[in-house]
Amino acid sequence: MRHVMTCALLLSFGLTQAQEVKVIKYPTLASEMDQFDGLTVVNFWATWCGPCIKELPYFEEANELDNVRVLLVSLDFPDEQEKVKRFVSKKGLDSEIMLLDEKDYDAYMSKVDPSWSGAIPATLMVESNGRKHFYEKAFEREQLFAQINKFIN
Amino acid sequence: MNDKMRRTFVVVTGVLAVIGILFMNASSDVGGYEVGDYATDFELKNVNGDMVSLADYADAKGFIVVFTCNTCPYAKMYEKRIIDLDKKYKSEGFPVIAINPNDVTQQPGDSMDEMKARSASKGYGFPYLRDDEQKITAAYGATKTPHVFVLNKEASSKYKVEYIGAIDDSPRDASDVSEAYVAKAVDALLNGTKPEVTGKRAIGCMIKWRQS
Repeated sequence: MRHVMTCALLLSFGLTQAQEVKVIKYPTLASEMDQFDGLTVVNFWATWCGPCIKELPYFEEANELDNVRVLLVSLDFPDEQEKVKRFVSKKGLDSEIMLLDEKDYDAYMSKVDPSWSGAIPATLMVESNGRKHFYEKAFEREQLFAQINKFIN
Repeated sequence: MNDKMRRTFVVVTGVLAVIGILFMNASSDVGGYEVGDYATDFELKNVNGDMVSLADYADAKGFIVVFTCNTCPYAKMYEKRIIDLDKKYKSEGFPVIAINPNDVTQQPGDSMDEMKARSASKGYGFPYLRDDEQKITAAYGATKTPHVFVLNKEASSKYKVEYIGAIDDSPRDASDVSEAYVAKAVDALLNGTKPEVTGKRAIGCMIKWRQS
């Protein structure tokens, strides 16, 4: 009986922990970027993007660091929220997930960083002092942690 | 500060300045072409085995050079529109030249055999070339698929870059396009004017670069 209870408890815990996928506009993202007193790491990805999926575990790991907040911003289409949710629960992602609902790519990409040509994966790191660092590339694990360590130490 | 110190200071400052300038130049090369630059010609292998160059098109007024591939969802969304751009503008002197830049070891679906199969089954009316060495992709500064460069042929071997970026503003739904950037740019050039919009970003798949 105790086992059943434990299982039920774990299951309900698991369910309540299921990650939310908020559909947001760019201004919300912009304000989220400078709310954390530490390093905010914003990773732009999509469920269809192989190199993005490959590097997601590294960002999940980075999110465990005390002074790092990882935002995983999906660029899937806004009506694909359910697909993104399924992906997130399948992969068991813990970082905050947002789905960016903006059709004017040029406008928001130039705000994220003028050098962004539009390729994903892409990552923006925002230091607590507001200083930004943009990477239009896929990260290997060691590279990602080397960059992050530069900005949190 | 004595004379010796001053001289040392001047020399050190000078050396630092030179190093700084070298670095600036190195980083500006990374970006590839900007609008207004002249694009290089190339000689790349087509799906039919022929080598293709811009110079082969003696009568062309310009080119719609598209870095694209078999495997990227955004490239697939735009495939039909790329075929249609070629159908519309080839006869007016602006043919499409498609270049697949992806490293085959990382993306086997972009091999020459797969390209042949796709261009045949979809009925590409334009060359579909492989840039195995990725030198042309790097020279142009393409970063993703699809990534368009509209070139205006000013004279023999003078191909001026007039537009860089997205095909239009609605990747998923061709019926919902409000700004057809590439078509508008080509129309302007055919009318002897400059494109109003010379660059627009869009989402695309990162080019799979060879790992050396």
